[in-house]
Amino acid sequence: MKNTIDPLSDPAIEVEHLNFYYGSSQALFDLNLKFARRQVTALIGPSGCGKSTFLRCLNRMNDLVDVARMEGSIRLDGTEINSNALDVIELRRRVGMVFQKSNPFPKSIYENVIYGLRIAGIKDKAVLDETVERSLKGAALWDEVKDRLHESALGMSGGQMQRLCIARAIAVNPEVILMDEPCSALDPKSTARVEDLIKELRDQYTIIIVTHNMQQAARVSDYTAFFFEGLLIEFGKTGELFVKPRNKQTEDYITGRFG
Amino acid sequence: MKTFISRGEPQVWLTAAALTTTLLMGLTLIVVVMINGLGAFWPSRLVELELQGGQKVLGELLRREPLPDHSGMRQQFKVGNRDLYGMDFRWVDEKQVIGRQWPQQAITVERSEYGHFFGFLKQVVVPQPEQVFDAGDSPWQQLASARKAVAALQDKLDEVMSQINSVNYALEKEQDRLLRFDYQGVSGEDPQRLAVKAEIESLKAEFAQLVRQQRQQQGQLTGYYAQFEDVNGRTKRIELDGIVRCYPSNELSLVGRCGIYASKLWELLSGEPRESNTEGGLFPAIFGTVLLVFVMSLFSFPLGVIAAVYLREYAGDGLMVRLVRIAVNNLAGIPSIVYGIFGLGFFVYGIGSGIDQLFFPERLPTPTFGTGGLLWASLTLALLTVPVVIVTTEEALGAIPGGIREGSLALGSTRFQTLTRILLPMASPGIMTGLILSMARAAGEVAPLMITGVVKLAPALPLDGQFPFFHLERKFMHLGFHIYDIGFQSPNVEAARPMVFVTTLLLVLIVLLMSGVAIRLRNRMKKKYTFGTF
Repeated sequence: MKNTIDPLSDPAIEVEHLNFYYGSSQALFDLNLKFARRQVTALIGPSGCGKSTFLRCLNRMNDLVDVARMEGSIRLDGTEINSNALDVIELRRRVGMVFQKSNPFPKSIYENVIYGLRIAGIKDKAVLDETVERSLKGAALWDEVKDRLHESALGMSGGQMQRLCIARAIAVNPEVILMDEPCSALDPKSTARVEDLIKELRDQYTIIIVTHNMQQAARVSDYTAFFFEGLLIEFGKTGELFVKPRNKQTEDYITGRFG
Repeated sequence: MKTFISRGEPQVWLTAAALTTTLLMGLTLIVVVMINGLGAFWPSRLVELELQGGQKVLGELLRREPLPDHSGMRQQFKVGNRDLYGMDFRWVDEKQVIGRQWPQQAITVERSEYGHFFGFLKQVVVPQPEQVFDAGDSPWQQLASARKAVAALQDKLDEVMSQINSVNYALEKEQDRLLRFDYQGVSGEDPQRLAVKAEIESLKAEFAQLVRQQRQQQGQLTGYYAQFEDVNGRTKRIELDGIVRCYPSNELSLVGRCGIYASKLWELLSGEPRESNTEGGLFPAIFGTVLLVFVMSLFSFPLGVIAAVYLREYAGDGLMVRLVRIAVNNLAGIPSIVYGIFGLGFFVYGIGSGIDQLFFPERLPTPTFGTGGLLWASLTLALLTVPVVIVTTEEALGAIPGGIREGSLALGSTRFQTLTRILLPMASPGIMTGLILSMARAAGEVAPLMITGVVKLAPALPLDGQFPFFHLERKFMHLGFHIYDIGFQSPNVEAARPMVFVTTLLLVLIVLLMSGVAIRLRNRMKKKYTFGTF
C-alpha cells in the first residue's frame, strides 16, 4: 500500500462475533473481521465453508430464508445492520450485489441499468440517461452496447450480461459491492475483463468478492480472508497471506492440497 | 425380430398409434360437425315423385338407406307443409316410385310458423285497392314487389314494437317505485307518490295509444297474402308477413344459391330464434355465451392470479400450504354439476335472496336477484375455473429462476415491486395459458348453467340500451344449452337436426376464436418478456 496509514483503521464494514444458523445447524461461528474502505477483499475457502452465507449477511439477503437466524454485530459505517429497526431496502441500496449466475431482467439494457432508480421513483429522463451512460462506462460496457440500449438484455453474451449486472449494481451508487463468484460461469477472456473492471472499481467502491479461483483472489484483491467450516481461519493482506500463510490449513488450501 | 424389439420400435409405434388415434377421433368429430353444419343452409333442389296410386310427393331428398327388412332401399324426404300433412318428413319406398322430375316452378317458402312450404305459386293478393294477380300476370314478380311493401310496413311495425317495449319498461320502473312507496308506508296523498301515479297513468295512455297503432298496422298487413298449391293440388293461403324467405329452388343459379346461403348465415348470426329454436338466428345465444365467458374471466382471472401469488410468493412451504395446494388442484376435479348446485344454493338463494331483501323488498315475493341469472352463472363458472388459473399461475411463477428475484431484491426493491415489475410480467404468458384453458372450459360447460340461469328463450338480452345497460340479473341463452335443448328436448327433433350441428359448429368456432385471441396475446407477451425488443 502506498500510504502508510493502515486502511483497516477506518473500515467500511466491521463484523463482530457473528454467528449464523440455518434452523438448528450453525453455519458461521463467531466471525470477527473488518473490510477496508475502497479496497478489494477476497473471501476464499472450500465449498460449503460459509463464505457465500457470510456475504449474504452483509446485505441481509438471508432474510429471504425463513429458518435463517443471525446473531452478533455488523456495522456499515457505524450503522448496525443486524437490527430489526434497520431499513433493509436502504441497506441494499448502499450494499450492491453481483451474483454467480448473471441475472439480467427480461427488459432492455437501458431498463436493466436504471431498475434501481425506477423502483426508487426517479423519473427524470436526464438523470436516467446520465446514469445509464455512467454505469455502463463504469462497467466497461458502454462502447459495446451504446447503439442497442433499447434491445433486450437477454440477447447479450454471458460476459456482457455479467458486466451489465455490475453496471446495474453501481447505477444506484452503492458504498459496497458484494460479488458472489462473479466469474465462475465465464470464459477466460470475459473473466479477464471482469477482473480488470474490479481493479478499476476499487477506486470508488469497497468490494468484497467470493471466489474459488486462488489466482483470481491473488490478482484482484488487497485483502484475503480464508474460511473453513464456518470459521474464519486467517485474514490478512493478500500479498502476505498467499506468500506466507500463518496457518497450516490456509497453506494446504492455497497450495491445492485440499479444497 | 429380437433386434426389432430390443431397439424399442414397438414402443415408438405404440406412442405414435396413441397420438394418431387421438387426432383421428378429434378430426372425425370436427369433420362430421363441419359437413353437417356447413351444409345445413344450402338450398337443395326440390324433387317431385309420382307414386303408385297416383299420389305425388314434393320435397328435398335427405338420405337413402335399406329398408328394415332388407328388401330394397328407401329415401327420406323433407316434404314440409306441416300444417297440411302434420309431418315435415316422409320415408318413401323406392319400389313405389314410378316417376321422378324436378319441376321448374316449384317454390320453397320459409315461413315464420309451421316450417317450410313446398309447392307452386298460384295467386298474389294486394289490398288498397284489392288486386289479384293470377297465372297470367307473372305472380312471381308481383310477389316480390308485394313483399317489399310488406317489409316496409313491418319496419314501421317494429318501430312501434320497440316504442311499446320502452314504454313498458318505463311503466315497470314506475310501478316499482309505487310498490316501494307502498312498502315504505308513504301515504296516498304524498306529492311524490301522486306524481308517480300520474306518470303511470300517462304511460298507460301512451301504451294504449301505441297498441292501437300496432293493431291498425297489423290490419294493413293482413291484406297481403298469396295462394299456393301443394303438389297434390291442395291450396294454401299464406300471409306475406309470415314469409321469411321464398325462392324457386330448381331455377336458382349457383350465385342465387350462394346468396340464399349467405342470407341464412347472416340470419343465424344476427337474428332471433323462431319455431321453438329450430329455425332462425342464434344471436341471443352467441351473445349470452360470450358475455358469460367474459364476465366469468373478470371474476376468476384476478382472483386466481392473486391467490396464486400468495401461495407461491408469500405463503412459505409448510404442511398447511401443501395441503391447500393439493386441495386447489383437486377442486378442478369436482363434477361441474356440483358447482352448479353450490352456485344455486350459495349465490342464488343465499346472496341473491339477501340482495333482494336488502334492496328490492317491495317486489317480493317476485325475486330480482334471488333467481338464476347471468351474474350467478358467471360466478359459478368462475369458481369452477379458478383452480385452473391458480395452478397455471403458480407454475409460471415457479418457473422463474430464483436469481431473478434475488437480483431485484438486492437492488433495493420491495417484494411487491419485484412482483409487479419483474415476476408478473415474466409469468404473464403462463397466466394467459391459464386464462385460455379456463375460458375454453367455461364456454363448454352446460350442466352448472342449467340451474343457475340459462333459459331456452330469453325475452331480453343481458346488455341493452336501457339504463343501466348491463342487466346481469337477467336470464340468458347459451349455445351449449341450446344444443341440448333443440337436439334432445325439441318436439320436432328431425327438423332441429341441422340446427344442432350448426350450433355445435358455432360453439366450437367461438371457443377457437376466443382462444385464438388469447393465444396471440400470449405470444406477444412471450416475445416481449423473453427475447424481443421494447
